[in-house]
Amino acid sequence: MTRLLRAALLVAATTMIPLARASAQDTLQQAVRIGLRYDPNTKPGVLVLRVPGVNGDSVRAILQRDFDNGDRINVVAADEAGFPDTPTPGKNGNYPVYARLGAVAIVQVTPTAVGLHVAVHDVSQQKVARVKDFAIDGAPNSREWRMSVHNVSDELEAWITGVRGIAATRVAYVQGVRNGRLYVIDSDGAFPTPVGDDTGVMSPSWHPKGTHLVYSVLGTHGCCQIYVYDMASGSARRIEAVGGGLNSTPVFAPDGAVIVYTHGEESGTDLFATTVFERGPARRITVGRGSDNTSPTFSPEGRRLAFTSGRLGHPEIYISDADGTNPQPLTYSVGDQNYRANPDWSPDGRLVAYQSQQTDGSFQLNTISLRDRSVKQLTNDGSNEDASWAPDSRHIIFSSTRTGSKQLFVIDSESGKWRQLTRNGGVRLPAWSPPLTR
Amino acid sequence: MHRASRALSLSVVALVALGACKKKPQVAPAPAEQPAPAPQPAPPPAPAPKPECDAACVEARNNAAKTEAIRAATAALTATIYFDYDRSDITDDSRAKLDAKVPVLTQNTGVRIRIAGHTDSRGSDEYNLALGQRRAAAAKRYLTDRGIDGSRIEIVSFGEERPTCTDESEGCWSRNRRDEFEITGGQITAVQTSSR
Repeated sequence: MTRLLRAALLVAATTMIPLARASAQDTLQQAVRIGLRYDPNTKPGVLVLRVPGVNGDSVRAILQRDFDNGDRINVVAADEAGFPDTPTPGKNGNYPVYARLGAVAIVQVTPTAVGLHVAVHDVSQQKVARVKDFAIDGAPNSREWRMSVHNVSDELEAWITGVRGIAATRVAYVQGVRNGRLYVIDSDGAFPTPVGDDTGVMSPSWHPKGTHLVYSVLGTHGCCQIYVYDMASGSARRIEAVGGGLNSTPVFAPDGAVIVYTHGEESGTDLFATTVFERGPARRITVGRGSDNTSPTFSPEGRRLAFTSGRLGHPEIYISDADGTNPQPLTYSVGDQNYRANPDWSPDGRLVAYQSQQTDGSFQLNTISLRDRSVKQLTNDGSNEDASWAPDSRHIIFSSTRTGSKQLFVIDSESGKWRQLTRNGGVRLPAWSPPLTR
Repeated sequence: MHRASRALSLSVVALVALGACKKKPQVAPAPAEQPAPAPQPAPPPAPAPKPECDAACVEARNNAAKTEAIRAATAALTATIYFDYDRSDITDDSRAKLDAKVPVLTQNTGVRIRIAGHTDSRGSDEYNLALGQRRAAAAKRYLTDRGIDGSRIEIVSFGEERPTCTDESEGCWSRNRRDEFEITGGQITAVQTSSR
């Protein structure tokens, strides 16, 4: 019986892939799809039932907000008094009530001794499609506890839509215009938290497993040294191999062992690479011949790099092999707009996001397709900079002046919908973490 | 009326003459309208009342001139130069300022400097660090091309992180696109005498 159901679900999952994308992420997630029937051009309606228990309201609110922030699920509201709290099947069952509200799935959460028991109902099939017990850590509503609930949201999104959610993630950023501090904030804006003691922090970037952050520190006598911060131990260490002078914009390679960063000398600034956790030499990657080469970003498999280069006299985005060979321009000048910078390669490998300066001096975020070089402008309000992709390759965190002082915002690159993440002005240089699940 | 005024002026002259006669005549009497003694512009420590500048006076004068020359040389060496937007080319105005630094460095070989490149707030924060570095390097190259030992010149960049003003206007931006020059070692002791 169970085996039959599973087989049926598997068939449904493989035959009903709503999105024709062939990205690695989607492929990975297909195995856990529950195969709901819904129009692939619309967001599936999902109803989260009231959650019993002392913290039930918090759990439900987090799940609903996470689904809403994920932009792949339409959260169906059903808060009227007397609304059925438990779906019941059969001729006199109440599934049609949920169906009439537009729900294709119902999420039923009940607290357990160690966490949450979750059942997802398939409304059209009038039955429970999948169940799982989740462990929830930490004291209710603590940082750790909320991250555990976000993890439930993300897994449910994978079951329902085939794409894992991005709620169990954080964003690292710099707070403070002068002598900025390193902060991380939860993906829903909760718990902005200072990290480490360094001041003058710039350009934080995550380890691919979320265990470390690398960043540069602007000193009293100029820019910069590179530090690696260990989340587990709470300590930072300078990476000595980079040497003196200007060292900035470090990023981890996908293997998590190597960083690529900018090193400036009198002859220009070029990209270099060195090992992080064991002492190794610094080796040159780009040969800019006196030009500025900065802000590297790796393709997801680590074979290529995109970076900002001024080698033609003004900043453009270039791509090269990871060892610096075969450099070629990715962006090119359009009219008076001859300043593009800060690339970030999407985790699915398809797009590079960057900022492009407009004739009015503002920056706007664009994406460029690596396949056909088609460009899409994502923003037009205020000045928008420092794009960093979420793990879903759909959402982007960025800094913007659209509400005045620089704040962080999240935009859905498909719908253009955006939300404000930070409330303290003077923040910048955000970096979206990988999934922070254990 | 006319007579009375003449009599008054006569009596004034007589009074002045009388007063002058009480002391030993030294110099011509001061004009009547001269105000109270003005503060001395250069304080000569020597109480010698001699009108000529003696050796100490000459030395003081020379010291004052040298202090002024050193001040001017320091000002020339630390004068800020400015750049066009997203450029690191040395402008004509900057060339004159850099040319004035060359003799100061040439004559004071113990002096070391740090050149700090800065940018305005408009570009990318990260790219601006590199641009600031390029501006500092451009000034250093200008000086080393004119014979200054490169090991005496350190270059750093602050990008747009240390603005002198924060308005979003061209007036402010142009003041932030700059190289600052700081003396980090040695002292200016020798100064060009022919320059003034």
